[in-house]
Amino acid sequence: MSVTTRAGYQGVAVAVPITVPYVRYSTMSAHWWIARALAALLEAAGVEKAAVDGVCVSGFLLFPDTAVGLMQHLGLSPRWLDHIPMGGNSGVVALRRAARAVQAGDAEFVACLAGDTNHVDSFRHTVASFSQFARDAVYPYGSGGPNASFAFLTDYVMRTTGITREDYGKLCVAQRTNALAFPHALFKKPLSLAEYLAARPIAEPLHLFDCVMPCAGAEAFLVTTEDRARALGLPYARVLGTIERHNAYPEDPIQYRGGWAMDRDDLYAQAGVGPEAMDFVQVYDDYPVITAMQLEDLGFCPKGEVKAFIRSHSFTCDGTLPLNTSGGQLSVGQAGAAGGYLGLVEALRQLTGQTLGTPVPNAQFGLVSGFGMINYDRGLCSGAAVLARGHVQ
Amino acid sequence: MTAPLQRPNKKNPVCKTRQPTLPPWTRSRVALGMTAAAAEGRFELQRCARCQAVQYPPREACHRCLCIDLPWVEIDGGGKLISQTRLLHSHDLYFRERVPWRLGMVQLDAGPTAVVHLHGDVAAPPARVRVACKLDKAGMAVLVGFPAEEVPNMADDRQLRELTCNPQFRRVFVTDGKTATGQAVVRALAAAGADLIWVGHAEPWKLVPGLAALQALEQVTLVPLDVTDQRSIKEVASQVGAKVDILINTAEYHRAFSISARQGTDIARMEMDVNYLGLLRLAQEFGPVMKARGADGQSSAVAWVNLLSIFALANFPSHGTYSASKAAALSLAQCLRAEMRVAGVRVINVFPGPIDDEWNQLLPPPKLAPTAVANAIIDALRDGIEDVYPGDVAQEWRMRLKDSAKAFERELSVGSGT
Repeated sequence: MSVTTRAGYQGVAVAVPITVPYVRYSTMSAHWWIARALAALLEAAGVEKAAVDGVCVSGFLLFPDTAVGLMQHLGLSPRWLDHIPMGGNSGVVALRRAARAVQAGDAEFVACLAGDTNHVDSFRHTVASFSQFARDAVYPYGSGGPNASFAFLTDYVMRTTGITREDYGKLCVAQRTNALAFPHALFKKPLSLAEYLAARPIAEPLHLFDCVMPCAGAEAFLVTTEDRARALGLPYARVLGTIERHNAYPEDPIQYRGGWAMDRDDLYAQAGVGPEAMDFVQVYDDYPVITAMQLEDLGFCPKGEVKAFIRSHSFTCDGTLPLNTSGGQLSVGQAGAAGGYLGLVEALRQLTGQTLGTPVPNAQFGLVSGFGMINYDRGLCSGAAVLARGHVQ
Repeated sequence: MTAPLQRPNKKNPVCKTRQPTLPPWTRSRVALGMTAAAAEGRFELQRCARCQAVQYPPREACHRCLCIDLPWVEIDGGGKLISQTRLLHSHDLYFRERVPWRLGMVQLDAGPTAVVHLHGDVAAPPARVRVACKLDKAGMAVLVGFPAEEVPNMADDRQLRELTCNPQFRRVFVTDGKTATGQAVVRALAAAGADLIWVGHAEPWKLVPGLAALQALEQVTLVPLDVTDQRSIKEVASQVGAKVDILINTAEYHRAFSISARQGTDIARMEMDVNYLGLLRLAQEFGPVMKARGADGQSSAVAWVNLLSIFALANFPSHGTYSASKAAALSLAQCLRAEMRVAGVRVINVFPGPIDDEWNQLLPPPKLAPTAVANAIIDALRDGIEDVYPGDVAQEWRMRLKDSAKAFERELSVGSGT
């Protein structure tokens, strides 16, 4: 889609994957969770707070603060700051912004932070006031939140493509298998396909195990120069290519495809490798229908053929096309905006030999995909990044 | 197939009456344009004045050409159901108490895709639907997907009944059965299947034609009631108030006087006493008990109807003091609407043009037959409309007022308004 060839990401290092262990409910604020993530990142990087000269922040529940207020809260004085309110696309977009800042010299050490809390009633408030369009034209219709929105999409895709609950169930079960080895996953019990199929309906055709569980948590990573990462002795990944898109295909009556389909050629051209080179995929998985859509739109299989594709792969860390290797949000939990970081942080672990769960053997290339912000009837933000194993001690 | 509505069982006195809850009512100001149209039974969306693109959800600027001139126009509700869901879980208390709840996603022929409440008789997608805009319990516009063709018992759909006030199997209080309009309303209610109709009549020793015929209807119970007497209203409300699902205030005092046509304030005082203070007294005595029954099962308290007059919107000089009393009543009805809204009880204001009765004898036709007013009230209850302008005169007044209230005032002052 791009008119001119985009510059690459030479010299950029992505390092220090941080997950602050999630909890179902927290009485602390989003600020607390993001502060924990920053502290963990500094400790793992072995630097003082003053070393941070750039910050990216995402968090739904920082309100009434933004990234600006958070800087005073945390006593930071960065020379470069970005607030990225893009939900499930926050990780990829933070990476893009921070990488360019580092390349341009506007910042050298960018802490990318995402976190949210979850009080017993905070998800309800988030859903009720998510956007003007949601308040005017979605929430008054049953107040089902994202479950209802994705139920519409799932109903449409199942009817028009013949994909079945068993197919979606396979993705969810594989992710749970991956999650069993990941210490921070909130779901720790194995899930069988029979249990998946027998779960209670939430918003038909969605059932319990199709839906992410809101929780509290935080994620973080560091974007800096390769020189700085080496000097600090930090294993890192390199960025081969990235894309983002907002409000793609607005004339489609229902979102059967996302922005990835518009931009994936650009992504792989910039990366110099295609989907067949990926050793694993971390996609945004708030619902399995969107996981399957990303596999299609990112070119792992032709549009409309994801059913056969699902049937031909295992998606487990020890199988073919490992998918959401920490268990994804469906098994780890959805900690608000941190959900948009989860896949990227896990990809960094896989590519820098720092896995907490099952490592994908000899992973060299990984794809991370983001999706966020159901403003009205569809998710508006999409993005993806191809990462490669960089310097690993 | 929707099952026909059945007469509800007697309420179990052991069970607690459920407190009314409301669906989410927060809307942006621009979205309230839909509510303004739905209040009169129309489905309107914004259409760009420049490129004609229909907008939904409502916007501040055209999504295609960025023009900010987005007039509201009536939309043909035809569309295609492209997807559906049945909610078993909701974040909102109102829907939580009412799941399962069926929803659809409709691609409107007019262009946009809309999330709608979906009638139970709409076939699974892909199916043709007809989308209409209704007021929900919170008084806010919502879209509803109906079957493209009329089906049996369509009005009895459980979800649709949350948006309407059908008098069938309901208990109705009509405050004055002595006027021609009051009597027509009672007969129309009986024909519409109301279960019980209490009919108020002041000064019961004064017999008027037609009252005996009303009494012969098996649903009807005559109740002595004088809306100028707070004690009288309190007594009646204490006896039957807790059973009233719909209250229709037909009581009015109407004399045709301007300021100079009559000395003193006796007539004006009576008009205010009945038309304005009468409504206030009724609202004080019946309002609280109806609010408590806003979610009392199939036949909960649903509606309060005020028989106002188109003269409430602009003074008709030859009926000047009457117009003023109706304007006062309209203002109070807005207050009542705000107070009843929290219980999901709809306040319906009816603005007829001159009714063909003795007090409008000297007005030229067209004049509204009392039965036409009654039918307009029944239709408003069934369709869930909250502002009703029955008759040609009322419609013309509306148009002239909308066009220029000042020009209309001058037209009325020189006698050319009607």
